[in-house]
Amino acid sequence: MNKALKFPMNYFPEEVIEHIFDFIASHRDRNSISLVSKSWHKIERYSRHQVFIGNCYAISPERLIRRFPCLRSLTLKGKPHFADFNLVPHEWGGFLHPWIDALSKARVGLEELRLKRMVVSDESLELLSRSFVSFKSLVLVSCDGFTTDGLASIAANCRNLRELDLQENEIDDHRGQWLNCFPDSCTTLVSLNFACLKGEINLSALERLVARSTNLKSLKVNRAVPLDGLTRLMSCAPQLVDLGVGCYENEAEPESFASLMAAIKKCTLLRSLSGFSEVASVCLTAFYPICENLTSLNLSYAAEIQGNHLIEFVQFCKRLQLLWILDSIGDKGLEVVASSCKELQELRVFPSDPHDEEDNNTAVTEVGLVAISAGCPKLHSILYFCKQMTNEALITVAKNCPNFIRFRLCILEPNKPDHITSQSLDEGFGAIVQSCKGLRRLSVSGLLTDKVFLYIGMYAEQLEMLSIAFAGDTDKGMLYVLNGCKKLRKLEIRDSPFGNAALLADVGKYETMRSLWMSSCEVTLGGCKRLARNAPWLNVEIINENENENGRMERNEEDEREKVDRLYLYRTVVGTRKDAPPCVTIL
Amino acid sequence: MAYEEVINELNLKDTELRLGLPGTDEQAEVSCVKSNKRQFHQSNDEHNLKEEYPPPPAKTQIVGWPPVRSNRKNNNKSVSYVKVSMDGAPYLRKIDLKMYKNYHELLKALENMFKFTIGEYSEREGYKGSGFVPTYEDKDGDWMLVGDVPWDMFSSSCQKLRIMKRSEAPAF
Repeated sequence: MNKALKFPMNYFPEEVIEHIFDFIASHRDRNSISLVSKSWHKIERYSRHQVFIGNCYAISPERLIRRFPCLRSLTLKGKPHFADFNLVPHEWGGFLHPWIDALSKARVGLEELRLKRMVVSDESLELLSRSFVSFKSLVLVSCDGFTTDGLASIAANCRNLRELDLQENEIDDHRGQWLNCFPDSCTTLVSLNFACLKGEINLSALERLVARSTNLKSLKVNRAVPLDGLTRLMSCAPQLVDLGVGCYENEAEPESFASLMAAIKKCTLLRSLSGFSEVASVCLTAFYPICENLTSLNLSYAAEIQGNHLIEFVQFCKRLQLLWILDSIGDKGLEVVASSCKELQELRVFPSDPHDEEDNNTAVTEVGLVAISAGCPKLHSILYFCKQMTNEALITVAKNCPNFIRFRLCILEPNKPDHITSQSLDEGFGAIVQSCKGLRRLSVSGLLTDKVFLYIGMYAEQLEMLSIAFAGDTDKGMLYVLNGCKKLRKLEIRDSPFGNAALLADVGKYETMRSLWMSSCEVTLGGCKRLARNAPWLNVEIINENENENGRMERNEEDEREKVDRLYLYRTVVGTRKDAPPCVTIL
Repeated sequence: MAYEEVINELNLKDTELRLGLPGTDEQAEVSCVKSNKRQFHQSNDEHNLKEEYPPPPAKTQIVGWPPVRSNRKNNNKSVSYVKVSMDGAPYLRKIDLKMYKNYHELLKALENMFKFTIGEYSEREGYKGSGFVPTYEDKDGDWMLVGDVPWDMFSSSCQKLRIMKRSEAPAF
């Protein structure tokens, strides 16, 4: 008999199905299995412990908790990406408090909270610290709105805290004693990162904390920890895997330097190094004993370390997989990286002189990029700031590295053409998208016409996030992308001539995407209003910083042709948000 | 399509970022095409810049460009205070070298600060025509005459400034 094989899983008991689901971690896979059947949906709901919410306004806390009552780990993202570059008003939104409030009231057993670009208050942190007995891990990236008082609550009240990771947040430092607030009974810390704090800390409190945290694997201190302080810390934590170093005086005493080096030698498990802001080159040399073990090195804040010292150090880091560095390393330095770091997977080269004030000629060019692509076969992610580029270089890079997942190139001067042929860089980027079939993230720059978007639409089948600045000629450019990139989730555009025709061509497309950002483009208020009317499941936000309450109410028909300064739209199941400030109009 | 023709006629000007409300005509537009390169007024330096692009009145920068987080921008050695001593003056002063773009500006500032005049610089003879000689201590600890090396090299290696009395500085 030729029966089709009936899927037997429907007949398994629930506990078995749940056990099978435990093996499925990715939230996308989880979302998929929840769509299979009602019973699977139900089982999946109750067994889901980790939830990822890419846009905090896409759903409400209440609905989240209703669907996933057994939630333990929550990731939330707030402001759009361009907030990093001051394009989003400070008060735009992304408040944590409603979430903590709801989770607390529902007595959710929250253990882990990861936030990106959210506004966090001390009250929220205090409520968090008191509401969740098993709370273990707090990771805050690019957040703001809180002070060290909030950290004190976390330290004092979270009995089982394992991870406190503060990355690049704006924290008001009250120079208090928040580190003292960790009780003596707290010995569970595995990861502590306060590198972004600007003020003084209680060194002896830190030393005692580190000494009793025998499981501590990751420690990133701020600039207030001096050289001998670091030595003491490393001496009582030789098990460290990940270290972030603070700031030191220009000349280290020979004795303290020797002690530091001795302490470093004992840290045989150290694999990741970062920090070094305001650190003299000589202090980097203290790490020579362990540099061969390093898999991750972030010297992108080390403005004081000159290029030649960077090169000397990096050439011995043969096991490096991740390197973040300043362009002061130069093309020569990148050539050294290419010949030394054969395991390299991710490279970021940041500009040491973003506004071209120093007029130096040692920054990186297309030569460095080509060298890296030729020398590092495992490279899959790159962020590269440079002053110049050529199509030929990009074509070579595309040939050398077909495995790119993330390719972000930022040529510092907008609209800059190929510096040898003076042509646009359409062909270069075209080669990248054609060759890198797995490309998920792309940022383009330099002189670009609609043609580059034709290529992107045609070839970038896996593309999920695209960043465009000062590029394109007509609406066709944006349309190529919207029509071609089926997996597109985030599109952010600034200073490009795309207007209403492109915006309105396929309104349904935005239901398949997380968000669209357009600033200083050609879209008008009228176009945005039309979009909002045709797509009620979208929040269409107009951001205008010069707007006040009166301005909003005075809009009349003539304003329909007014160009919109900043547009941010996103799909949502909970309609218009109620917490928008006056400078944001939701259509 | 007529609409496309209109769009095609847009020139580069329309993609320039305007700092005001959309639709308003700004007098001081930020051009994204012009170079930001400065023009040196005095050529003590060996790196004289081309004078093709007239310097903008103030440092014009495009909002949010390049796309670098602000904590990275501040990280650049953007402030470099050095002590300035003058022979005979009762106390030292401090200046931020990053405030000046060339020797001319620095020397003018020093003259104002200490109320004296520095002579004219020449490569062969140093400073002539006044009783004072500007010197500096470099990264190697050596005392050098201000003005010999290109400005950028000077500003990144200068640790201290000392305005010496000519009588104390026979070599210069």
